[in-house]
Amino acid sequence: MQAANVNRLTPYLFLAPAALILGAALLYPIGYMVYASFLNWNPSQRIGEADWVGLGNYVKLFSDAQFHESVAVTITFAGVVVAAEMVLGVGLALLLDRNIRGLSVLKTLFILPMMIAPIVVGLMWRYMYHPTVGVFNRALVSLGFDPIPWLSESRWALTSVIIADIWQWTPFIFILSLAALQSLPRSTLEAARIDGATGWQQVLHIKLPLMLPVLVVATLLRLIDASFKVLEVILVLTNGGPGLSTEIVSLRHFAYSVRVSRAWVGCCNVEPAACPPPRADAWHVCLQ
Amino acid sequence: MIARDQQTNPSFYALLAVLVMMAVGPIALMFLTSLRLNVEIMSDGAGLIFLPTLHNYEKVLCDVLWYSPQNVGRCDPTFARSLGNSLVVGLTSTALTLVVGCMAAYALVRFRFMGRDAVSLATLIMRMVPPAVLLVPVFGIWTYQFGLDGTLAGLILVYVAMNLPFVIWILQSFIVQVPIQLEEAARMDGAGPLVVLPVIRPGLAAAAIFTFRIAWNEFLLGNALTNRHTRTVPVTIVNSLTEYDIDWGVVMATGMLLAIPPIIFTFVASRQIITGMTAGAVKG
Repeated sequence: MQAANVNRLTPYLFLAPAALILGAALLYPIGYMVYASFLNWNPSQRIGEADWVGLGNYVKLFSDAQFHESVAVTITFAGVVVAAEMVLGVGLALLLDRNIRGLSVLKTLFILPMMIAPIVVGLMWRYMYHPTVGVFNRALVSLGFDPIPWLSESRWALTSVIIADIWQWTPFIFILSLAALQSLPRSTLEAARIDGATGWQQVLHIKLPLMLPVLVVATLLRLIDASFKVLEVILVLTNGGPGLSTEIVSLRHFAYSVRVSRAWVGCCNVEPAACPPPRADAWHVCLQ
Repeated sequence: MIARDQQTNPSFYALLAVLVMMAVGPIALMFLTSLRLNVEIMSDGAGLIFLPTLHNYEKVLCDVLWYSPQNVGRCDPTFARSLGNSLVVGLTSTALTLVVGCMAAYALVRFRFMGRDAVSLATLIMRMVPPAVLLVPVFGIWTYQFGLDGTLAGLILVYVAMNLPFVIWILQSFIVQVPIQLEEAARMDGAGPLVVLPVIRPGLAAAAIFTFRIAWNEFLLGNALTNRHTRTVPVTIVNSLTEYDIDWGVVMATGMLLAIPPIIFTFVASRQIITGMTAGAVKG
């Protein structure tokens, strides 16, 4: 009787730590955030004292011109980046889907840009984009061209940020597509070859349609990442500037979050909107 | 197969070489820069030929070296301390995530009850939720309710929570493949469910690498939840980037130190990493 009870409880005991941690550190904060998004909440107040304003904050957000600009930048950035990465990644996968001996080495080296910290990726590119000592401008100057203001002019900044992201994430699409290609049913391809389909026909009518589910998933994952997640690289490269030219929504949210947190702990005793934007060298919230 | 090998055109090897160059080039450049003095980096003469020096690394690690390096001047302990913090946070959150994740995954596979779909759903949601949205709520709750602000424990708690859904999910897919007979036999011999652990080692490796990588590389929450003493390496790096006058040699050396563990993992376990990356997208 008691043994049966213990048995019935076992799975819950096993699950309890995970449930506790997920509840306290994930679900609770997210719920808190959703709730607070309907409040007119001044950082100097306790959350209980704040007034309920319904969708007021959302209305305010959507009528903010800077937010609109941020959204436009995000859409441009995500659209260009994902399109370029899909074309390059899938193209390379189709091209290299054969028994080449170096392929596994390439795959190993290709995941490096995704494994190292985004902060470090930003660092490397910021150095390469350096106006005088960066490799790009050095190469341009030694070839007799004018140096390009990669990060300091809004015309170029978004392009530079896009190039860095393509470098970092094309391998992801490549590896996914290659895995998809290599798990295609061999018999179908065999049949196509016997029927005399050319290489292009095989790609267009067999390989791409069969890969479609994977390609859709890959596109969605990258779209989500590029619009909402990738911000460390841009933070290090341009900090959203010059102007708002590279300030994607997630970066804007981050900068605002830092201001709110600062106002909370009293580094800045005014409305968060009025807090000075943190300098690039002082992002941290001033704890103690 | 042999026929296809013979078809392979030398130009494909050229393409491979170019791709490898492009993937590794920036990382190699960072490494080379970290071996040069800042004066030399900022001078006009480019060129690959230079006298490599460990001076930048000595400057970064001056606090923990067994000898006192020369020409470093005043020793700034920030970098060495943040490296220690990063190690503690990375290792502890990986260990905790694995233990808690294993228990949960085991329960979800071996005992049939509701909640299994919830885990897949949670994994999916976590994959979608940007860590940045956790910033303000986590900062507020940690500071005013849990009293965990500025502590490594607080940071570890967030990282464990962030990684758990993925770890549970990937371990589940490995535990499902372990035959129940193995456990029954073990129970006869008086052993517990721990016998599955050696069998699912590849899954554990993948889960450990992904968790450690996130905890080691993460900047946003580390930035919000740490103070001067508990700062991790990514936070230190961003804070050392000023508008002008960056000591590129030292920054690159710090970046290199931050990049070394993930690079080692990549070379040791690229197969598991690729499995983890493609799981879910390719297999459905």
